[in-house]
Amino acid sequence: MAAGVATWLPFARAAAVGWLPLAQQPLPPAPGVKASRGDEVLVVNVSGRRFETWKNTLDRYPDTLLGSSEKEFFYNADSGEYFFDRDPDMFRHVLNFYRTGRLHCPRQECIQAFDEELAFYGLVPELVGDCCLEEYRDRKKENAERLAEDEEAEQAVDGPALRAGSSLRQRLWRAFENPHTSTAALVFYYVTGFFIAVSVIANVVETIPCRSPTRRPSREQPCGERFPLAFFCMDTACVLIFTGEYLLRLFAAPSRCRFLRSVMSLIDVVAILPYYIGLFVPKNEDVSGAFVTLRVFRVFRIFKFSRHSQGLRILGYTLKSCASELGFLLFSLTMAIIIFATVMFYAEKGTNKTNFTSIPAAFWYTIVTMTTLGYGDMVPSTIAGKIFGSICSLSGVLVIALPVPVIVSNFSRIYHQNQRADKRRAQQKVRSARIRLAKSGTTNAFLQYKQNGDLEDNGSGEEQAVCVRNRSAFEQQHHHLLHCLEKTTCHEFTDELTFNEALGAVSLGGRTSRSTSLSSQPVGPGSLLSSCCPRRAKRRAIRLANSTASVSRGSMQELDTLAGLRRSPASQSRSSLNAKPHDSLDLNCDSRDFVAAIISIPTPPANTPDESQPSSPGGSGGGGASSNLRNSSLGTPCLLPETVKISSL
Amino acid sequence: MNVRRVESISAQLEEACSTGDSVEDELEMATVRHRPEALELLEAQSKFTKKELQILYRGFKNECPSGVVNEETFKEIYSQFFPQGDSTTYAHFLFNAFDTDHNGAVSFEDFIKGLSILLRGTVQEKLNWAFNLYDINKDGYITKEEMLDIMKAIYDMMGKCTYPVLKEDAPRQHVETFFQKMDKNKDGVVTIDEFIESCQKDENIMRSMQLFENVI
Repeated sequence: MAAGVATWLPFARAAAVGWLPLAQQPLPPAPGVKASRGDEVLVVNVSGRRFETWKNTLDRYPDTLLGSSEKEFFYNADSGEYFFDRDPDMFRHVLNFYRTGRLHCPRQECIQAFDEELAFYGLVPELVGDCCLEEYRDRKKENAERLAEDEEAEQAVDGPALRAGSSLRQRLWRAFENPHTSTAALVFYYVTGFFIAVSVIANVVETIPCRSPTRRPSREQPCGERFPLAFFCMDTACVLIFTGEYLLRLFAAPSRCRFLRSVMSLIDVVAILPYYIGLFVPKNEDVSGAFVTLRVFRVFRIFKFSRHSQGLRILGYTLKSCASELGFLLFSLTMAIIIFATVMFYAEKGTNKTNFTSIPAAFWYTIVTMTTLGYGDMVPSTIAGKIFGSICSLSGVLVIALPVPVIVSNFSRIYHQNQRADKRRAQQKVRSARIRLAKSGTTNAFLQYKQNGDLEDNGSGEEQAVCVRNRSAFEQQHHHLLHCLEKTTCHEFTDELTFNEALGAVSLGGRTSRSTSLSSQPVGPGSLLSSCCPRRAKRRAIRLANSTASVSRGSMQELDTLAGLRRSPASQSRSSLNAKPHDSLDLNCDSRDFVAAIISIPTPPANTPDESQPSSPGGSGGGGASSNLRNSSLGTPCLLPETVKISSL
Repeated sequence: MNVRRVESISAQLEEACSTGDSVEDELEMATVRHRPEALELLEAQSKFTKKELQILYRGFKNECPSGVVNEETFKEIYSQFFPQGDSTTYAHFLFNAFDTDHNGAVSFEDFIKGLSILLRGTVQEKLNWAFNLYDINKDGYITKEEMLDIMKAIYDMMGKCTYPVLKEDAPRQHVETFFQKMDKNKDGVVTIDEFIESCQKDENIMRSMQLFENVI
């Protein structure tokens, strides 16, 4: 649905009342922005196109928005009209429905937009008139298919994303399914392909008669019997590789039952089983017939290529999806064959030395004739037989030609779908990169807000104006909401880089940074920081505000793009982080000697009471120290580790 | 509050002319369209003015043309405000708090009722609402497990990248703190009276109750 995020902001903020009793720190005051929502409607005047109609016309359908009292919600008393913030072109169709009783589907509009309009005005899609119903349904189905493809493509794109905690099994499976993800997988892919080819070629070559100079020239042996050991070795090698591959796939498969039942695994099994059966079956004459048959199954190895070739897979999928057409083809052919074979048999019955000895024997003639092969090994000799034979060949052409276009069109559709999917996958990468950027922009905007946070509270008027200029009312309120959440949980939002650093510091023990940390300075660091930070923060804010101006303006759109997206870790934008070290060197606070530069995320001064805790060394970048803080201050309001990030000079 | 629920024509039409095609059935899912009470009635029942109700309804209707919000949509909407964390659990609890008649969908009336309490209600009402939110099974007592669920849900909203690094037991400790403060008779559960009494004694909480009054 359209993400009108601003609409729901009051709701989200109201729901924040649920955090209030849990907050262990006082929540920040609300931004003093008068949410001027009353003008929304008046200001946004989509096109100003006025539609005039009788009330009776609208009352014809009391189940809809326009026909019921629901439209009173949209009444604008000042101008005395009902104002709808919707597409005027679409509205034309809606209104025509009231006038004529038939709902028409606009040819040039997007079907989904039309659906949304219908939903809004309370009209059900069944009301679409007969003249437009077929097209409406077709376009909707097409759209739904395309959306399903989109989701699949998204999943496929997200699938290869490597999760940090993936086990060997998962990695192995991923390597099998997407050989392009790592070089080892690619090598494996090509090696198996090579061995499939070798195996197939060996199967083919071993039946070629090769002339052996040592033996009598009249007796030619197939190569397979001349070099049995060589072929046996090659076969063994191939089967070993295939067996290994199969077992590895079985091990790595996320769902083994499903894997065992899948087509490809069946093909794999069929490809390697004859070899093993051949090993264990003793070589005697009775069984060798069956054994020979088994060797035929070795040709199925060629189907293993379908993992390597997408075209093959498409073909297979087409045949599967055209199953009904193929079935019809087969059925009609069978009917025709039986009919014509019977007729030909009885027509040729009288002749001596005829080939048409029985009806099944006539099947062969009918098939050869209907498919226009015409081998000529069976020919009718009576006149009646010739007449029926010609009818048979004519009808054969027709019967076969009929289902073929359906199959071809199916294939074409699937093939093009595949092309589109490939193209979309490429576009998706660009798109997701862009969205990640937008998302990190939102995060950065909020982190920025926190830097400006103290400005709001105690800054002077003009300083405020400078930094606040680039933030809309919506942003302010949203940031206030996030700030309240931080206060409730005593944790702060950060970006990925600082988080990873903090993680690293935790693993290192974190103590080392404490020596350079800004320990509890006797002079009440909170207040001093808050006094010197505004200048610094202001400078930084001005510099960064301009750079991220576009980001903050677009925050609403960013939130829109985020809707429905799976959460991906925000990529850090180094620009804002790099600015910090520079800023820290610009310290003008000469009242103290800082050993280390401070990159601070300054807290609102409301937390100064926490500074007086004697047992707390100022929070350092190491999480170890802060965990001590946490443990020691169980019963007291939790400390907010401030001034926190240390970078060595 | 009486709620008029209007079944769509499509359901009836579907029965009348079923095509037997599964795709068609999917296309014409029976959509429930819900229409709220009249404006005057809502104005009388809530503490909003007519204009405010109009504004609220327009927004609501824009987002949910069918007139009700189901849980999935609710979660989606809420998660847009907290991009870094996972707000689905908390949204689930919120949904149950808003959906007072427990029919699986939040209608405009439910929405207005909730907002009226949260934005225009007395402190008592707000605390009542908060208690209702925390009391997941609505039995009148907040147990530690319920509070832990709520707390975990709130901490989930922070996401992974927090400063300081989120520890595993942070929610639990927070719950301990909460119970120490609220559970007067130390019986392991917090009743509504204990809750309201403790909150009224806490200055911070009382002060912050006024925080969201200017939302509309």
